[in-house]
Amino acid sequence: MPVEAPRKRQAAANEITIDAEGLHYRDLNELIHQAAAQGARVIDVRNVNGQRYIGAGLRLPVTIRLHGTAGNDLGVFMDGPTIELFGNAQDGAANTMNSGRIIIHGDAGQICGLSMRGGRVYVRGSVGYRSGIHMKGYQDKVPVVVIGGHAGSFLGEYMAGGRIYVLGLDAPAACPLGGGKEPVWRVPERCRSLTGRYTGTGMHGGAIYVRGQVDPALCGREAVISPATDDDLPVIRRDMEDYARCFGLDAGYILSVPFTRLAPKSHRPYGKNYAY
Amino acid sequence: MRRNLRERIPGGCAIIGVMSETGRRFDGTTVIEGIRCMHERSNGLGGGFAAYGIYPDDLKPYYALHVMSQTHHEHETMEEGIRQHFRIIHQEPIPTRRHPRVGEAPILWRYFVAAPTDFAEPPGEEEYMVGRIMDLNGRVEGSLIFSSGRDMGIFKGVGYPEDIGEFFRLDEYRAYLWTSHGRFPTNTPGWWGGAHPFGLLNWSVVHNGEISSYDANRRYLEMFGYRCYMKTDTEVVLYLFDLLNRRHGLPIELTCSVLTAPFWNEIDAMPPADAELWRALRQVYAGALLNGPFSVIVGFEGGMVGLADRIMLRPLVGARAGDLVFIASEEAAIRAVCPSPETVWAAEGGEPIVARLARSAGGSEPASAHKVEVPAAS
Repeated sequence: MPVEAPRKRQAAANEITIDAEGLHYRDLNELIHQAAAQGARVIDVRNVNGQRYIGAGLRLPVTIRLHGTAGNDLGVFMDGPTIELFGNAQDGAANTMNSGRIIIHGDAGQICGLSMRGGRVYVRGSVGYRSGIHMKGYQDKVPVVVIGGHAGSFLGEYMAGGRIYVLGLDAPAACPLGGGKEPVWRVPERCRSLTGRYTGTGMHGGAIYVRGQVDPALCGREAVISPATDDDLPVIRRDMEDYARCFGLDAGYILSVPFTRLAPKSHRPYGKNYAY
Repeated sequence: MRRNLRERIPGGCAIIGVMSETGRRFDGTTVIEGIRCMHERSNGLGGGFAAYGIYPDDLKPYYALHVMSQTHHEHETMEEGIRQHFRIIHQEPIPTRRHPRVGEAPILWRYFVAAPTDFAEPPGEEEYMVGRIMDLNGRVEGSLIFSSGRDMGIFKGVGYPEDIGEFFRLDEYRAYLWTSHGRFPTNTPGWWGGAHPFGLLNWSVVHNGEISSYDANRRYLEMFGYRCYMKTDTEVVLYLFDLLNRRHGLPIELTCSVLTAPFWNEIDAMPPADAELWRALRQVYAGALLNGPFSVIVGFEGGMVGLADRIMLRPLVGARAGDLVFIASEEAAIRAVCPSPETVWAAEGGEPIVARLARSAGGSEPASAHKVEVPAAS
């Protein structure tokens, strides 16, 4: 597909700017894949609004900076790149992602991190329902989702591996949403706790770490709730220091509150429900 | 029936609602651009709009019956029926324009009608209207009254919603409330009458998802005289709002809470007085409980409400900007017409987002306190 001149502007030798205004997701993703294939290291995408599947299946070592609202399935099947989003993500961010990073300066919608197999998703704001549903891990593949604000119900449902954090940090006074836009933070209508109902339902691997207390009445039967132990701390510290660096936060402040851990009671919680 | 009507295609519909709480009226291009942004959520087998506050003053008091008919004979049969039950004040074809992506349309006509007599005694005029409309729609093959409110109208058909909006010349109407739907039919055929919104009196509903409790709801509604003839689960939502709010007098918020009632374990955890109330409501309105994955936007006279199922199996996002309230399946659809709303938030399952006309509303004064970038609102 020929690339229109005004759509794609080359700033530095390996940095490229794309204007996504009015572009269909197929065309936008084609431009991104082309730029990455031609050796771009940084791809800056302006005026993103609802385009789906950004970065889908990309395996090249590229950084994609997005300004606007990213559409559903941001970074789906992605294997290596870094996406930094100045704005909110819609549903299904990091769907079945294999490796790489997604840094979201706003909020993310439903099922953020679903079926993730590796890599990291850092959300500065809050996420919707069913985040981290069916995340899995294997050997050195350990997916990590860090949620700066609060999470909706069914967090980590059927979780099989990896780590999820919920931090309950206050929304910052200002956040760089890009394009000169005012920061917009979703205010939960009923934010009674950092997590919604049925947290960790059906989990059989991995761990959910919540900064502060967890109401057992809001957790699934398959999760064991306990304070994070000394064994957990080095991992938590490393993850939090990395997260804090991405957003210019103070890791010491994040770590000043003890974490609660949700871990699976069993590795086969539904084994008896099925006949063989 | 064509074979492909039986196919099941997994997909998601698109819904959006835009309302000015001060009653400021704006044309249909805003909602068209919003729904266009969610093109991927539809598959061209249905699109439609509901618009409130559109008709001229001399026609506002009358029920606007929008009718679609397959043949002239069926059109005439329906008109005969309308003439028999109501006083026709005015009638005209619904204006349309040729559109390259909208196929053959049925005969589209609208009648502004009054009830034949004064209904001082219960059950009243609206009850009469509902009864006659249900009767005509059930009786006249190949013709359908698909909109019956006062000073509002539904415009819908087979196609992508943005194309259907242009087909019906919605840029020429001004409304204080618009809702729209892009359809991705899964369980039922794509036909002109099956496009959303569905309407009865001033109610309209657009719906993404499915109502798994359809049959339980249908049997419950039939006890109150409603007839489900649209081959779709969505119409039960419409009749439940009509029954609970108009006939039983439950406020909109409580109606929503009954339809998406708290789980029993939540009720058990409530203070005793609340728990007692909710046990009673769940028992009385057991047949009105909506189950399954859904998000809906219901329009009514002077307001709209967005509601998602209790465990949030379909998306719903709200936003405010000045006098405008937006509800949509995707945040991007809102930002497509209002790039920087003051607040954007994700709906909670079972918690309604309600927008209402301010009491002093009705004027056409633009809200000067807020400059909202809505291209078509001037």
